[in-house]
Amino acid sequence: MSHPPFTALRFAVNVTPRPGILDPQGRAVEQSLPHLQISGVSGVRVGRRVELTVAAPTEGEARAVVDRLAHELLSNPLIEAYEVEELGPAADVPQPAGAHA
Amino acid sequence: MTVRIGVVVFPGSNCDTDTLRGLELVGAESVALWHESVDLHGVSAVVLPGGFAYGDYLRAGVIARFSPVMRSVAAFAAAGGLVLGICNGFQVLAEAGLVPGALLRNRSVRFAGRWISIAVERGDTPFTRGAAVGVPLRMPVAHGEGCYYADEATLDELERNGQVLFRYVDASGQVAADPVDPANPNGSLRAIAGVMNRAGNVAGLMPHPERAAEGVLGSDDGRALLQALVDSAAERAQAGRIPEVAVA
Repeated sequence: MSHPPFTALRFAVNVTPRPGILDPQGRAVEQSLPHLQISGVSGVRVGRRVELTVAAPTEGEARAVVDRLAHELLSNPLIEAYEVEELGPAADVPQPAGAHA
Repeated sequence: MTVRIGVVVFPGSNCDTDTLRGLELVGAESVALWHESVDLHGVSAVVLPGGFAYGDYLRAGVIARFSPVMRSVAAFAAAGGLVLGICNGFQVLAEAGLVPGALLRNRSVRFAGRWISIAVERGDTPFTRGAAVGVPLRMPVAHGEGCYYADEATLDELERNGQVLFRYVDASGQVAADPVDPANPNGSLRAIAGVMNRAGNVAGLMPHPERAAEGVLGSDDGRALLQALVDSAAERAQAGRIPEVAVA
């Protein structure tokens, strides 16, 4: 996959609680399931998804920026893991109305 | 000589005024330190107060951690200066890696705003000197993310090094070791309410000593902790042991 210089790329960072870390939100969701008459669901873990656009000379440099951001700010490595997803050139990725360009 | 203690004001701090007053009650000159400035105004110790710095967006304390004042606070701490984080201030210190561990969402998933008791684990630190060890101290908690977490190996290490300063106890002084014990307001592992760094100059706790610093507030049990900090800072100032930090 190649991009012209300074193409803005759209990324998503998915942050999830590390295995074994207490996730009271996930547990609360799970506990609500009987009220919806849903059974057979377990292991609910609640995380966070952050989408962002990065302008950089190369795809590699854009990824490096996202990795640093994910590691230092978007996740707390003590308790959370993250995965970076590249969504493609920002111009091609539909963004919600009102999103910061 | 009156010792000067700084209280950082982040956007969203809401216990800064209480903390400034609490420190004055125990004999300090307290000054507010603005989050956008790296100037610590020659203080002998720094307190990060409670509140919801930067709205607690993303994770409690993380945005505050990257504010200009925290560059100076981190340098001050690295040079041996005394830093105390209360509630949100503890979360900021944990996010900054200045104290070990993390503060997770309360096990109950509810905001815990009530009176609890903690006991001082050891009375020979700059943050606890003069405080009675093992005696329940009544003070309020007010937080949604106060569940102290570190992995087992780290918890063992903290215990071995004497870095656990405060634990939640019931009214009789019994440690609320079971995370679902009602005396443990957030489900903290090993009932840990406060810890310090390995070097022993940076500490954080979730309960609010400044909200229990005079009888009219319902308790003055927290005063001993403010007193400890002020006395320790004064002693260090006297001995010329206050680090100078210059951060651009």
